[in-house]
Amino acid sequence: MTQMEYAKPRSFKELDGIFESAKGPLRFIAGGTNVVPDLRAGTISPRLLVDLSGLKEMAYIREVKGEIAIGALSTISDILASRVICDKAPLLFQAARHLGSPLTRNRATIGGNLADASPAADTAPSLLAMGAMVHTRRRRGKERTIPLDRFFLGPNKTILAKDEIITRITFAKPKDPSRGRYLKLGLRNAMTISVASLAVSLEPEGSSFGGARIGLGAVAPTPVRAYLVEKKLASGAMDPKNIEACAQLITKEISPISDIRASADYRKRVVAVLFQRAIQAAVNGGTP
Amino acid sequence: MKKTEVCLTVNGVTHHLGLSPNALLLNVLRDELGLTGAKYGCGTGQCGLCTVLVNGRAVLSCLTLAVAVDGADIVTVEGLSRPDGSLDPIQEAFLDHGAIQCGYCTPAMVITAKDLLNRNAHPTEPEIREQIEGTLCRCTGYLSIVRAIKSCGDRAGAPAPRPSPMKKSR
Ligand SMILES: Cc1cc2nc3c(=O)[nH]c(=O)nc-3n(C[C@H](O)[C@H](O)[C@H](O)COP(=O)(O)OP(=O)(O)OC[C@H]3O[C@@H](n4cnc5c(N)ncnc54)[C@H](O)[C@@H]3O)c2cc1C
Repeated sequence: MTQMEYAKPRSFKELDGIFESAKGPLRFIAGGTNVVPDLRAGTISPRLLVDLSGLKEMAYIREVKGEIAIGALSTISDILASRVICDKAPLLFQAARHLGSPLTRNRATIGGNLADASPAADTAPSLLAMGAMVHTRRRRGKERTIPLDRFFLGPNKTILAKDEIITRITFAKPKDPSRGRYLKLGLRNAMTISVASLAVSLEPEGSSFGGARIGLGAVAPTPVRAYLVEKKLASGAMDPKNIEACAQLITKEISPISDIRASADYRKRVVAVLFQRAIQAAVNGGTP
Repeated sequence: MKKTEVCLTVNGVTHHLGLSPNALLLNVLRDELGLTGAKYGCGTGQCGLCTVLVNGRAVLSCLTLAVAVDGADIVTVEGLSRPDGSLDPIQEAFLDHGAIQCGYCTPAMVITAKDLLNRNAHPTEPEIREQIEGTLCRCTGYLSIVRAIKSCGDRAGAPAPRPSPMKKSR
């Protein structure tokens, strides 16, 4: 830690320059709500800390032609203050509302939440359920687009290369925003890390469960889509029997661990309950 | 460690400081500038006692690198009172409602409330409770604190509620 240097690029060009001249491991920092505790605990000790918060072109929330785009530097508070997210992507709004406390949300960024790759990352299940894409940039302007369900590799591991940053997250505007629901179970109601979390997004009313998407948090090494359940939901009727059968299946599609917050067995049980509640709420247009 | 030049405007006074990249905003405020209102509590963001305003928003100064807020406008509890020494309405409200016991959380509570009142002059009780959910008080049981913040909103003239995204109920 005594060797750590600090750089704050103001443009992608400056960032490229930093990559060219960097010696030794570097670490990005955005809001710092994960990085600073890690630095202090000594679990990371980069030679160079690259502060992305000067890349102002990465702080925006926009809707363009049916697509919602969120710059990686947008804070969780920015998301909660956004008319676009509140009205058109309430599934993400609900998740943001559950992340940390307002004090954390004022600095925590959406890019940092995904890049940190906690299995419990609160924005991930909703973004998975909306089929989000992660857009990245490497040195010299090399860009790629990664579906979020292929972005996470394990706890705190992502597909990102060492010189690759998230620039923005995009997803198609939900057809009926009211047909989605994010539920999080923690050990208390406020300021808590998930024991389990689940986001459901359904197609507009009148259709079947076809097109239903389910994102899960804290019940596998990474946030995950429940593809088997989605398939089973779609192949059955929109009735309690199908929902019940899918609630059974969901406990088989996950691989939770026992930890300080809950046992694996408990997580399986509560995910089935969260699933039933969330799907019921989504069917009813967002209200449980 | 190599020092970085950092410019911070704290309670209206601009300071140019040479700081290590790992210097925490909290330590700079307390040790370099002698502003001991913001407290060290847990060091991990759980207790909220180090809260200060950075560009108008309440943030955890123990999880913020000072270099990362170069150029920012910072307000600590010491900066809330007016030049003539009279207190800010939120400070008056805390006194009026006995919202202080040991006082350790008070600077953070007042700053956290200020962040809300700046954006929303008439917060509802649920909005107040949500705002202070990351700021721990071990004495008051929170009721007097919630009342104090509420009274500030009630005093701020006729309510003119403006629908905003953050006003949506959970
Ligand atoms: C008290 C407290 C409570 C919390 N509660 C929750 C909670 O309830 N739910 C939850 O999900 N999280 C929670 N967190 C974790 C954290 O606040 C979030 O994950 C936050 O979104 C991280 O964003 P950041 O900008 O602070 O990330 P940083 O700490 O700056 O960075 C996190 C990681 O992402 C990398 N990174 C950041 N931005 C980029 C980018 N654009 N491209 C590539 N890599 C990048 C960094 O290198 C680092 O590895 C909590 C943290 C604290 C301190």
